[in-house]
Amino acid sequence: MPSKVKTGLSRPAKTTPNKSTAVARQPATGERIAVRKTYKLYIGGAFPRSESGRSYPVYDRAGALLAHAAQASRKDLRDAVSAARKAFPGWSGATAYNRGQILYRIAEMLEGRRDQFAAEVAAAEGLSDSQAAAQVDAAVDRWVWYAGWADKYAQVVGGSNPVAGPYFNFSTPEPTGVVGLIAPQDSSLLGFVSVVAPALVTGNTVVVIASSQRPLPVVSLAEALATSDLPGGVLNLLTGSVTELAPWLAAHRDVNALDLTGAETGARVALAEAAADTVKRVFAPAEFDPLAEPGIARLGAFVETKTVWHPTGV
Amino acid sequence: MPSTAFEYAPAPESRDIARLKPSYGIFVNGEFRDGRGEAIKTINPADEEPLAEVAEANAADVDDAVAAARKAYEGTWSATSGAERAKYLFRIARAIQERARELAVLESLDNGKPIRESRDVDIPTAAAHFFYYAGWADKLQYAGLGPAPRPIGVAGQVIPWNFPLLMAAWKIAPALATGNTVVLKPAETTPLTALTLAEIIAECDLPPGVVNILPGGPSVGQSIVDHPGVDKIAFTGSTGVGKMIQKSVAASGKRVSLELGGKAANIIFDDAAIDQAIEGIVNGIFFNQGHVCCAGSRLLVQESVHEEVIAGLQERLQTLRLGDPLDKNTDIGAINSSAQLARVRALADSGDAEGATRWSPDCPLPDRGFWFPPTVFTGVSQANRIAREEIFGPVLSVLTFRTPAEAIEKANNTPYGLSAGIWTEKGSRILWAANKLRAGVVWANTFNRFDPASPFGGYKESGFGREGGRHGLTSYLESEGYLAQ
Repeated sequence: MPSKVKTGLSRPAKTTPNKSTAVARQPATGERIAVRKTYKLYIGGAFPRSESGRSYPVYDRAGALLAHAAQASRKDLRDAVSAARKAFPGWSGATAYNRGQILYRIAEMLEGRRDQFAAEVAAAEGLSDSQAAAQVDAAVDRWVWYAGWADKYAQVVGGSNPVAGPYFNFSTPEPTGVVGLIAPQDSSLLGFVSVVAPALVTGNTVVVIASSQRPLPVVSLAEALATSDLPGGVLNLLTGSVTELAPWLAAHRDVNALDLTGAETGARVALAEAAADTVKRVFAPAEFDPLAEPGIARLGAFVETKTVWHPTGV
Repeated sequence: MPSTAFEYAPAPESRDIARLKPSYGIFVNGEFRDGRGEAIKTINPADEEPLAEVAEANAADVDDAVAAARKAYEGTWSATSGAERAKYLFRIARAIQERARELAVLESLDNGKPIRESRDVDIPTAAAHFFYYAGWADKLQYAGLGPAPRPIGVAGQVIPWNFPLLMAAWKIAPALATGNTVVLKPAETTPLTALTLAEIIAECDLPPGVVNILPGGPSVGQSIVDHPGVDKIAFTGSTGVGKMIQKSVAASGKRVSLELGGKAANIIFDDAAIDQAIEGIVNGIFFNQGHVCCAGSRLLVQESVHEEVIAGLQERLQTLRLGDPLDKNTDIGAINSSAQLARVRALADSGDAEGATRWSPDCPLPDRGFWFPPTVFTGVSQANRIAREEIFGPVLSVLTFRTPAEAIEKANNTPYGLSAGIWTEKGSRILWAANKLRAGVVWANTFNRFDPASPFGGYKESGFGREGGRHGLTSYLESEGYLAQ
């Protein structure tokens, strides 16, 4: 049964990825017909189709049709930003312990559906079963790693400042606000988690454009998010064309920061220029290796240092 | 108007202390020479008399300065250990202290700010910045930035006219401590203390090219920003120019830090110590004639104490003394330039036009020079220009609120996010409000305090990156973002 539900598609399970045919397998007579999944967007905690009514075909690496994904529009993107803004006070105001537990809960949900995600990643990325499983395991572990940072990061980078006067003065990192991310194009699940988790754990809310060609695993990830106590609107997921959506995300006046990890080199300058109109923080690392030790650079990219002064005295 | 029991006798500093020279040049590769740009006269904004002639830089001078900075970076400066860099910076700090009185008078002449402020704030804090960052130079491996944080290279720095020497110190001290070299452009109307700092730097025997100072206008700033030999841009100034800089370096991969405009809310809750709050309001908006990016320019007063606060504020403002910046009794000096005065006037006029009520104390203005009286607008609405745009002058816009939630909502209702103030005697309310305010610096029961150990910088369109404290190091190190900005 699970083997049929794995991807929600009738792609042959045993075929080696690179040799798979583009022809869907016909079920044998009497075999149960699988229930296929409609891959939709995830905005404000709900799973809408694109308001544009558009969808686009998604293929595996061998060219076989996997599914039709929703093709988000500019209007969907604006809805997503609006949902993210609405969710910001609650998420940034939650205790760090609470955010850490929710991120850990996401890891639990992912672990429980490990086989499903491995199958979807294998299909999306053309990996062997064991390679795909390793990607899923790394993604689970990445949620766990970042979950643990929730109530430690401020201790590492914040602190009190010994000013020359009768004042108590302390600095603490706070979330930048609504962060727009372009997820890595190749690493469909692990890459996505690697850019999204560090933005979320410090209290930002996010709008993410998934990999254009490999969006399906993270649509399923959104299902895990929806059952992990992550409040609706904290993560908003758009599938579709990065080329079409990214300029609107970069220029949106209510987005505070931009992560261009998944934007191709040739597109980055125009996006960074558009971001300058509202002084967005732009994070655009030259290299990205999802399997490398994550470090804490990404945590620092989407926080603002707040410094508070108060007089001392009787 | 309250009667003044005693007239103040004038107590002016002598302008001779400033040791003004008839002309100043640019400082490139350890030497002073005439710039190849325009020769301009820098004037005293308090009387419009010329102070000195300055031979400004042009694009060719920027080329020379960047080449000198590059050579110094790759040669002497990177071969200089942190401990040795530290000693140069300590020397500079001490030299500023030694010449503090001269620098204070020079600053007040060139900028128009009261000598009390240049003497007690600008100059000592500038020295303190060099002293603070000097100590970091040989301790960077302990800063939480990884085992061996690396400098970025040549830093191009463009600073404003409101705290000329202090802003130069904010930029140069952390850049040198972390091993970078510098090309700095002071503001066109206030180049003199930066050029005296160049003299100090030369006397401290810094290797040629480590610091280059190029007075000039916007075109010189643009040349620095666009120069391919510059690795990092640090800018303090308006949000409009900051956006242009961010856009123009988008393609270059240069690192950028921006300290831009603000429209800070100063929130007075009904349980505040009103007399103290009034002092804080005055300090928040009339310090340095309101030429402060973090000025408390939007006063949010809880409705129940509005009348009391305004009456007390008006009474207090009657006692402010406006006039000769060199007089030690002066509270309010001159507006820095005719252009800035025109901008302040235009925005204040928009306050009248949009229906707010203007009030100023009975305050005669000198006949010559650029002056604007301390001004309070009441009945201001959120939509008014004087509640939304940075005036950068001695103009306070007063709005009211009923509930703490409304105060936060109004305070955050701006594209800016540099600073904010909170006045209340209730500790939990301070911490609650400080947490909710989207601003980089929050002053509670105080305002406009600055210290080299304290990170400073904005949220949102007030810019990014921090200056001051350990966080200030990140703006000048290839740290892979180990620290929060």
